[in-house]
Amino acid sequence: MNDVVLKVRDLNKSFDGVPAIQDISFDLFRAETLGIVGESGSGKTTLARCILRAIEPDSGHVEFLSDDGKVDLLKLRHKAMLPLRREMQMVFQDPYASLNPRMTVREIIEEPLVIHGVKSKAKRLERIREILDLVQLDHDSLYRFPHAFSGGQRQRIGIARALILRPKMVVCDETVSALDVSVQAQIINLLEDLQRELHLTYMFVAHDLAVVRHICDRVLVMHRGKVVESGTIDQVFDHPQQNYTKLLLSAIPSPDPDVRLNPLDRRTLGL
Amino acid sequence: MSDVAQATIAPESPAQQALLTPSQLAWKRFKRHRLALISGLFLVILYLITGFAEFFAPYEKTTRNIKAIYAPPMSIDFFDTEGNFQFRPFTYGYTLTIDEVTWARKYIEDPKQKFDFYFFSRGESYEFWNLFKADFHFFVVKDEDGRLGYFHLLGTDQLGRDVLSRVLYGGRVSLSIGLIGIGLTLFLGVLLGGFAGYIGGFVDRVVQRIIEVIQSLPTLPLWMSLTAALPAHWSSIRVYFGVTLILSFFGWTALARQVRGRFLALRDEDFIVAARLIGGGNTRVIFKHMMPNFMSHTITTATLAVPGMILGETALSFLGIGLRPPIVSWGVLMKEAQNYQVIVMTPWILFPGLFVVLAVMAYNLLGDGLRDAADPHNIGGLK
Amino acid sequence: MTDNVLEIRDLGVEFKTDTGTTNALRGVNFDVPRGKVTAIVGESGSGKSVTANCIMRLIQRPGRITSGSILFNPTSTESFDIVALPDKDSLIYELRGGLISMVFQEPMTALSPVHKVGDQVSEAILCHRNVSKAEAWEEAAEMLNHVGIEDVSRRINMYPFEFSGGMRQRVVIATALVCHPEVLICDEPTTALDVTIQAEILTLIKRLQTELNNSILFITHDIGVVAQISDYVVVMYQGRVLEIGSTHQVLKDPKHPYTQGLLAAIPGIAPPDQRLSTISDVVGDIDITTAYPLTTLSDGRKVSLPQEALRKFSIRRTSETL
Repeated sequence: MNDVVLKVRDLNKSFDGVPAIQDISFDLFRAETLGIVGESGSGKTTLARCILRAIEPDSGHVEFLSDDGKVDLLKLRHKAMLPLRREMQMVFQDPYASLNPRMTVREIIEEPLVIHGVKSKAKRLERIREILDLVQLDHDSLYRFPHAFSGGQRQRIGIARALILRPKMVVCDETVSALDVSVQAQIINLLEDLQRELHLTYMFVAHDLAVVRHICDRVLVMHRGKVVESGTIDQVFDHPQQNYTKLLLSAIPSPDPDVRLNPLDRRTLGL
Repeated sequence: MSDVAQATIAPESPAQQALLTPSQLAWKRFKRHRLALISGLFLVILYLITGFAEFFAPYEKTTRNIKAIYAPPMSIDFFDTEGNFQFRPFTYGYTLTIDEVTWARKYIEDPKQKFDFYFFSRGESYEFWNLFKADFHFFVVKDEDGRLGYFHLLGTDQLGRDVLSRVLYGGRVSLSIGLIGIGLTLFLGVLLGGFAGYIGGFVDRVVQRIIEVIQSLPTLPLWMSLTAALPAHWSSIRVYFGVTLILSFFGWTALARQVRGRFLALRDEDFIVAARLIGGGNTRVIFKHMMPNFMSHTITTATLAVPGMILGETALSFLGIGLRPPIVSWGVLMKEAQNYQVIVMTPWILFPGLFVVLAVMAYNLLGDGLRDAADPHNIGGLK
Repeated sequence: MTDNVLEIRDLGVEFKTDTGTTNALRGVNFDVPRGKVTAIVGESGSGKSVTANCIMRLIQRPGRITSGSILFNPTSTESFDIVALPDKDSLIYELRGGLISMVFQEPMTALSPVHKVGDQVSEAILCHRNVSKAEAWEEAAEMLNHVGIEDVSRRINMYPFEFSGGMRQRVVIATALVCHPEVLICDEPTTALDVTIQAEILTLIKRLQTELNNSILFITHDIGVVAQISDYVVVMYQGRVLEIGSTHQVLKDPKHPYTQGLLAAIPGIAPPDQRLSTISDVVGDIDITTAYPLTTLSDGRKVSLPQEALRKFSIRRTSETL
């Protein structure tokens, strides 16, 4: 459990001089789910993308425990990142925007294998069928295009693409936020099942605190580009230390009509 | 409101719809545009007819009929003067009378000269695409003795040349300038716009500035000076390509801007980021993921730009600085109609103008249909 | 009979598309009680927004209202059926923004970016009442103050883009309320907002409702929001109403299996270490797609279920039909 998969230190990124994330440091342990919560503009998505180098951070260290030992991702050239890509993947928020509308499901799921040199066509197809079973998609969906699927099914396709290379770490960027409640429950269950089966480590970026509480082991609370509080789920949700965390938690509308919404006041907290 | 869209497409998307490829879906959307479909068909026919102008035109573009100078359009008849029906269509030749007071020419149908139509027959000989000699025509008219008569559906000009034949030969030049020009435009636009959008930074800024400079130049005077600079001794084919080049030199900027915009927008799309994150290199990302997703868009824009090319050629030739006789183009033909007498006395000389209008309109309607078809978000029947 | 401001009966809407006809609403029945907050909750495709658009007569081609009635009982004028109004009837314009107004999901698109906030709020007044522009501005300022915008005299001259998302939604609410509508329809007004801003807006809507005592129809997919804002709940699924009752009844003790499934699927209710139940887990093989009529149970709520499933509940025997 105490294997550190990812060690992030002093990560910074600013856009046109405006800092998006500032001095972010945290550890990600093997097989855990780390939640990153915050409101819009808190920098949580920027953080996720900087770690995977979808965005180039300005400074800091991201140490990743790959199969060949520890590497600092930010020191690698883009070409050298290629073998590491199979160990870290991302699942996106919008199931409509994250799949190329002009590729069939098979092409979408197969592409990572093609890029990472699985030459045999039969072998690729075998892997594809395997992953389809894992994410519970019908095999006859292979030759259809993304537009033929519902939001939940598309999200399954996105998960299949991320998992086909059998990564160690998966970044879920608001993966369930765009889904209806019933579909959301299915995808959350799927993510949890996959984690257990494949020993995945999740970095779970979300704004929905109830989802985070359900799925995560530990959580980082971000506010204006900084981590304001971190800890286990129980620590943070039951005994928040920072004013911002308290404000955030007090704003969640409870599904129990007897628990009245009584949000703290932003100003009295000095935020 | 998103609920409405959801409700219309989500619940029971029929199974057959689910199996369609994006291009089949686009074709489905395109078919909804009746006008665009008709326009597309019209353009295909127009290109075929002008492409095989030697076959479809009754005469060569320079053939003169001295019996019919400035003759008005002739009619196709099935009933003769006595009212007898004849299955084979025919036409009456003209006799010329001159008004003794005004000296105006007047053509009167002469029942004695009766020409019958024969389809797919031998007529005037021509050199097909300068490749081989032939004399096979879509139709010819012959009198009772089997001698060739004459028929001018759209009348004749001041030298007795058949307007229809000249319109068809002219269309070949004008329409192909549009197509070749747009090909060049597309090439320049996609190349430069793509570079600017994908590489960004310095390259982007340079291309942007070039585009701005070109776009801020007054088009017409520059066209005029450039075409006027084409050497007078150039052969007609060189002038033709020269004019095409000049037209596309100004046309590519708008397209490049668009391609650049699409590239920039696509670069941040989730599925492009996803392709990068699975390790896709530049070539794969550009050709496999970006190109297919903006080409339909670009082709639409290109289609909408063809009329500009056609009109550009027409305008230049009309002003006498584009193509010049002996090349025949719609613009050249309209220059010949540049005369107020024409409008009053011989309005049929203006027929080339009608063809320009029809072709341009067809392109615009076709482009509209393509634009809707290329939009992948346009799924339901929400018109 | 209770005092209802809106009575919706057997409302049907269809959308004609290339791929066929979709029945967006298939016989919707419910009441909106006067002076209360009624929430419509449902997933996408349930028809909740379509229902709201019917009330505002905003259904456009290829959509069409095929059946039913929406009886509107305003205090100021006589009752009338909204569905039966001819397309260009002047009452429709009086209805929209005057008697009934609407708050949309996106505060950014609901406001015009090139007009001052004061102009936009006062425009609603000028449309519906015969007052001078200065008076309208004065009222607009008052309303903006009422929805919790500080320093109104300065802010009223600003443009929407100078406001934050939460502030913009306050302006939208002010615009909706400035003509004192009898019914306020809120279509997912907090979905696009951050959770802390959402809490502020919910508190504001609740406060304004108690102060102005108007009737609110609140459309949302979020059970937490429903629990916090509404007095009554209407649960919709695939263009139909499955359960109606007080918020307490529906959320604390749901009778319809779909409602039970919806609640079980929320991560906030299930214990974190347990798998979430999906709706199909809970519903099982009970038929929830056929349009069964709403039956009133002994505790006053209404459910749409087949006869055999109704057997375990005590049904109220009255002459009242729905």
